[in-house]
Amino acid sequence: MNPITYLRPGSVDEATRLRADFEEAKYLSGGHTLLPSMKQGLARPSHLIDLTAIPGLRGIAVEAGDAALTIGAATRHVEVASSADVLRVVPALAGLAGSIGDRQVRNRGTIGGSVANNDPSADYPAGLLGLGATVVTNQREIPADEYFVGLFDTALEPGEVIVRVRLPVPLAAGYAKFRSAASRYSVVGVFVVRTPQGVRVAVTGAGEGGVFRATALEAALSANFSAEALAGLSIDSGALLRDMNATPEYRANLIMVMARHAVNNMGRVSMYK
Amino acid sequence: MTIVSMRVNGVEVSREVPDNILLAYFLREELGMTGTHVGCDTSQCGCCVVHVDGVSLKSCTTLAAQVNGCSVSTIEGLANEGVLHPIQKAFAAMHALQCGFCTPGMMMSAVDLITGHGRPLTEEDVREGMEGNLCRCTGYHNIVKAIITASHEMHAGAGDAQAA
Ligand SMILES: Cc1cc2nc3c(=O)[nH]c(=O)nc-3n(C[C@H](O)[C@H](O)[C@H](O)COP(=O)(O)OP(=O)(O)OC[C@H]3O[C@@H](n4cnc5c(N)ncnc54)[C@H](O)[C@@H]3O)c2cc1C
Ligand code: FES
Ligand code: FES
Repeated sequence: MNPITYLRPGSVDEATRLRADFEEAKYLSGGHTLLPSMKQGLARPSHLIDLTAIPGLRGIAVEAGDAALTIGAATRHVEVASSADVLRVVPALAGLAGSIGDRQVRNRGTIGGSVANNDPSADYPAGLLGLGATVVTNQREIPADEYFVGLFDTALEPGEVIVRVRLPVPLAAGYAKFRSAASRYSVVGVFVVRTPQGVRVAVTGAGEGGVFRATALEAALSANFSAEALAGLSIDSGALLRDMNATPEYRANLIMVMARHAVNNMGRVSMYK
Repeated sequence: MTIVSMRVNGVEVSREVPDNILLAYFLREELGMTGTHVGCDTSQCGCCVVHVDGVSLKSCTTLAAQVNGCSVSTIEGLANEGVLHPIQKAFAAMHALQCGFCTPGMMMSAVDLITGHGRPLTEEDVREGMEGNLCRCTGYHNIVKAIITASHEMHAGAGDAQAA
């Protein structure tokens, strides 16, 4: 790992000032993506600005009337997985958080880090896009539909800090995930959400450009919310990933299978490997 | 360089170290506590698991500076004045190790899993809860049995795993 200077600001303002002072600086949250990439030499920051000591960046709250859930950027996966509030209003999101990596990864990794990183196989991007969440930064509020731009790419400007995410509470949500037995990341994960405005379906693990919405599935499920409504539909494999886990064609089929499992198991996460 | 202070197995320590030193190497190289192993160094195997403020984490994926001021427990602190911890007794009794390289991390993860559970573990609890620990010798069956056995000893009186 390259030499670094470790910094631990006490406020978001101080963090952004430090980030502006050092061109090659990076924010650090749980470190469970950044530190492994530094070991591999894929990231070589000069300074690490640890956000986790900033008051207000951590924690979970439910808005009055259960309208929405807000989760601080530095909130760890384990906290979301075990939160009584999340389990009550969006149990599938608690299940999603509990399906990430392993216990030790969940004890360190944070939602802000995952969303900032936007790994094409990460779980939270599917949850946020499916729920129609808003990413709240130190500068603005970004709807999930505009936030996830591409592979490891987001709408964040350099130096912009995610402060929290705001997730509207749906009528119901379900997440089905086919995991790589080795890496424990999704080969395909499908997050299905019922809202008063219709159904949203977000797919992770599969897209060449990262997480995406399966609009044909959304239309079919909005008309008739049942696994039968998906019969006869298919996903174009043209823009799907090819890697050691699966071919694009296999992933296209897996998306349909996971979508059916999600629809049949709303209110929870269902895992396959 | 930065001064990192922490309490390791109840003892206050303080060292001036490079900012990029990982907790695993802080323990092994600065403190000479080589019980914490580094297997993969890519966050996959769990050989390096220690507890920080009572929570298990991978010390190969945590900077020492990130846990400045915290309380760290390692495998060296499990036995109490020569009396083995229930997990150590169970691993020995049930032949839950071959080469032993994964064992410190297995035990630290297992203790965290058991204490966080409140009652004895089922096989499913163990297999799921121990996903972050790999054994290159692949002796998983006995590891699982040992952890279940230790969970019964540690939660003696807390009721049966199946009934709970
Ligand atoms: C063995 C292993 C298995 C894993 N399995 C899974 C899995 O199954 N599913 C899954 O989704 N993930 C998985 N992960 C990734 C894990 O969830 C990471 O914790 C997460 O992706 C990154 O969060 P972090 O808090 O660790 O971020 P860090 O590593 O600290 O940061 C990641 C990036 O985000 C930036 N960043 C962090 N916080 C902010 C912020 N508030 N504002 C702006 N930028 C910020 C950092 O600068 C960095 O570029 C796994 C990781 C490991 C090591
Ligand atoms: S050495 Fe830390 S997880 Fe393998
Ligand atoms: S006993 Fe050899 S790696 Fe587990």
